Amino acid sequence: MRRNLVALAGAALALVMATNAVEAQVLFWANQAVPVEEAQKMRDNVLKNFPGGADFQPQDPGPFITRIQAEEQAGSGTIGVVGALHGDLASFTKDWIDLSDIDLGAVKPSPAFMQLGKLGTSEQKYLPWMQANYVMVANKQALQYLPQGADINDLTYDQLIDWAKAMAEKTGSPKFGFPAGPKGLKHRFFQGFLLPAYTGSEVSKFRSADAATAWGKFKELWQYTNPASTNYDFMQEPLLTGDVWVAFDHIARLGTAFNQKPDDFVAFPAPKGPKGRAFMPVLAGLAIPKWAPDVAKAKELVKYMMQPEQQVATLLATTFFPVTDAALPADLPAAARALGPAVTAQTSSPDALPALLPVGLGDKGGQFNQVYIDTFERIVLNNEDIKTVLDSEADTLRQIMIDTKAPCWLPDADSNGQPCPVE
Amino acid sequence: MNTRALPYLLLLPATLFLLVFFVYPFVQVAVQAFVGPAGFTTDNVQTMVKNFRFWPSVRNTVLLAAIVVPLQLVMALVMASIVANLKSARNTILYIFTIPLGLSDLAAGIIWLAIFEQSGFLNSMLVSLGVVDKPILFLSYQNSWVIFVAVLLAELWRATAIVMVILVAGMGLIPKEYYEAAEVFGAGPWKRFLKVTLPMLKPSLQTALILRTIAAFEVFSVVQALGGTTLPVLVGQTYDWQFNQQQTGVAAAMALVILAISIACTVFFLRVLRTPKGATL
Amino acid sequence: MTDAALADVPRPVSEVTSAGKVLYWAGIVLLCAWVLVPIYFLLSNALSSPAEVTSFPKHWVPSFDMGSLQFFLSFGGVLKALMNSVIVAVLTMILSIGFGAPAGYALSRFDFWGKDAFRLLVLMTRAFPLPLLALPIAVMFIRVGLDDTQLGLALVHTTLAIPFAVLITFSIFAGVPVELEEAAWTLGCNRWQAFRKVVLPLVLPGITASAIFAFTISWNEVFAAAVLTVQNRTLTAFLLQSLNVSPLHLRFAGGAALVIPALVFIFAVRKYMFAMWGIANR
Repeated sequence: MRRNLVALAGAALALVMATNAVEAQVLFWANQAVPVEEAQKMRDNVLKNFPGGADFQPQDPGPFITRIQAEEQAGSGTIGVVGALHGDLASFTKDWIDLSDIDLGAVKPSPAFMQLGKLGTSEQKYLPWMQANYVMVANKQALQYLPQGADINDLTYDQLIDWAKAMAEKTGSPKFGFPAGPKGLKHRFFQGFLLPAYTGSEVSKFRSADAATAWGKFKELWQYTNPASTNYDFMQEPLLTGDVWVAFDHIARLGTAFNQKPDDFVAFPAPKGPKGRAFMPVLAGLAIPKWAPDVAKAKELVKYMMQPEQQVATLLATTFFPVTDAALPADLPAAARALGPAVTAQTSSPDALPALLPVGLGDKGGQFNQVYIDTFERIVLNNEDIKTVLDSEADTLRQIMIDTKAPCWLPDADSNGQPCPVE
Repeated sequence: MNTRALPYLLLLPATLFLLVFFVYPFVQVAVQAFVGPAGFTTDNVQTMVKNFRFWPSVRNTVLLAAIVVPLQLVMALVMASIVANLKSARNTILYIFTIPLGLSDLAAGIIWLAIFEQSGFLNSMLVSLGVVDKPILFLSYQNSWVIFVAVLLAELWRATAIVMVILVAGMGLIPKEYYEAAEVFGAGPWKRFLKVTLPMLKPSLQTALILRTIAAFEVFSVVQALGGTTLPVLVGQTYDWQFNQQQTGVAAAMALVILAISIACTVFFLRVLRTPKGATL
Repeated sequence: MTDAALADVPRPVSEVTSAGKVLYWAGIVLLCAWVLVPIYFLLSNALSSPAEVTSFPKHWVPSFDMGSLQFFLSFGGVLKALMNSVIVAVLTMILSIGFGAPAGYALSRFDFWGKDAFRLLVLMTRAFPLPLLALPIAVMFIRVGLDDTQLGLALVHTTLAIPFAVLITFSIFAGVPVELEEAAWTLGCNRWQAFRKVVLPLVLPGITASAIFAFTISWNEVFAAAVLTVQNRTLTAFLLQSLNVSPLHLRFAGGAALVIPALVFIFAVRKYMFAMWGIANR
């Protein structure tokens, strides 16, 4: 046994020495395209042709943040390019180099996205990488229970409640599903869909009477929502198993349902409320940390990712859409074919009310989200009084706005450079 | 060799190692709980305690540990006794019993979620046996006790093997003469277990209890898989503060709470199950 | 057994013991089923097609669709990651026993000042959530050049495994009568010889147990592996951490792909747990 151990130790040490030859690939550190299939497609289809190679490493939030923080504190590291959501990149604004000198040539990213990429500074902190949105999806079996006169492409929140109620009563089990699990994106629904649709605001009208109405409506909807929703992170799973027939989620978290059973599902825009059809886009960006080992090479990679070919390949890999005017091929997979039109219908509807991503919150973005999550859990799951909860959570929200001095963003009214007020 | 220096010499490598790789980073994290921009502060502790999930997460974690650990101990004792008394197929059965050791808690969460899901294995079985005519919703936030039971079962399944292996290794050291002597005096199997096995196994029992209890307070992956947001636990809340809300001070305070509870339990077990220096014949 | 019991009607005593035997074996079978059935679910789902995995009611026998498993096997760099995992796990095993066993022996044989403090220190390493420590450790590793090395990760995993190594070896050493050692001394052995010839064979099962723990702890650890390795990713960091957000059929396949090597390892070392069984019994 002892001799074996010694031999093992020797062999292990020899291997340690042998395998540590470092390749000079650009390390692409991301928190998007984490699911294994997406990650593999990013490597095989999107990054394959990058000269010199790129090492795509998608991470869970914990390791993702920890490694960036560690390299930030140590002042050096191995990350070349960071790919993450707008809010995550905002947490490390001061760490990113200015990317305005990257020559994009004929590629034209959306100006609105370029503006967001400045993260409230005068420098181009990140370049837009890919975009997505949230939509609704229904199993075709659910359509027979649509309330009289309701048009799936022009649904109101009241009709959605009636629909969910009809399904629950006729089938004997609640069939509406909502991503309220630990990794679910529930907060986006409240920030960008439900509250703006009722209040026309994301922040300042947080504790208004309209907001109380919105929460009341959601509580009504929740009665007809599958109670397993507090376990759902990605709605594609319960949709595929049939536990849920109608659901709201991020398009990248619905794609597998369409790709596996393209004929079973339809996608459609989010419902509208009294103030319009509110929706919140998703934007991921590419940034380069100051300590990147090879900045020139990293910039090459960012530029490469912006090219039409890679933008389309990224769509096929992740169901995130291009941020440039890249032309889409005709033979898109089922998910993109179904979800793309639903997003367009949502963003271009006459009563469209875009709610922008939070700007200027820096590393308080997580706490901002938590306000909405806590409000949901207290009102809907713990059955606390709506008014009391809104008042107490509004204090937290107000403090975040004061601490960060973040002015209002759309759809909230301009606060003239002052911290966005919570009325 | 100087016998007085010997124990310190033996402890030296481990101590140095832990100083560098545990104490040094630990101190860096721990101070964050009490240091703000303006020096000493209790803000983090207050934020932590005022959060409406704090007390439920303390309650859930402690309750879970208080139920899981004793059950596991009993189960592991039964399993270890079985293995020790077997004459045939001992190796095979020991191997089967140790299998869950090889599984990560993430994988265990995946498996048990697949069992308890609405369209999972348990419902498949109930429906095909005709016990129910449509699937039951087990993991619903409305009956959180079912979720609690599911987590309990998953934890029992996942982590009993650890306790069992420690006990098996300990039982191997009990001299057969003790049992023979007990038998001569007419002690039945139950009495032999109570009077010989249990007392002789004290060091192993103590070790198993301590290690398992500390691990039980760190429960997370399985709870997250089965309980979603319905069953907050201490470690889950710590991660939430650290990674989602990026409030490292509060996360550090939370981690210190876990540490304090664990150490309190450990000291308790050390007192209750005092082991003499080396067993005597 | 049952047949024998039925044939022996006139002898109630053996009937009782036979009935007990049946019950005893039924219990064993039940316990084995309790362990094996969930594993069976994992493996059978890993061998099913995506459509079968989400179907209801579930199939009880897999269709042996290798698609999901093949997906993982065709992953670029799986072999290298497997290699890294094995290297890190073996290093962890050696380091934790190398540091832990002497400490365990000292705790079991001597009374000395600072004993309790040391025990507490060992346990604290286990009681504090590692992901919070990962940040300062990573900063330290980047500065000293241990970042992204198998040795660095093994050192971190060793802090997780050391409490097991110390406490288990302690309890095993404590179970070995001091008199055995003293007898060896009187027979002319020095302390080290007595330890090697008398104590070590007795504690081998315990050492094996802590080796198994060290190995599985390292094998299944995700967080530190994800933060501290980049080029030298371990299999767990490579596969497991993203499993929670992957489609169901891949979760099972990935879970199975990780479990199998660990089971092979346990199978390989299980005999040591019984290697010396019975020596103490003579």
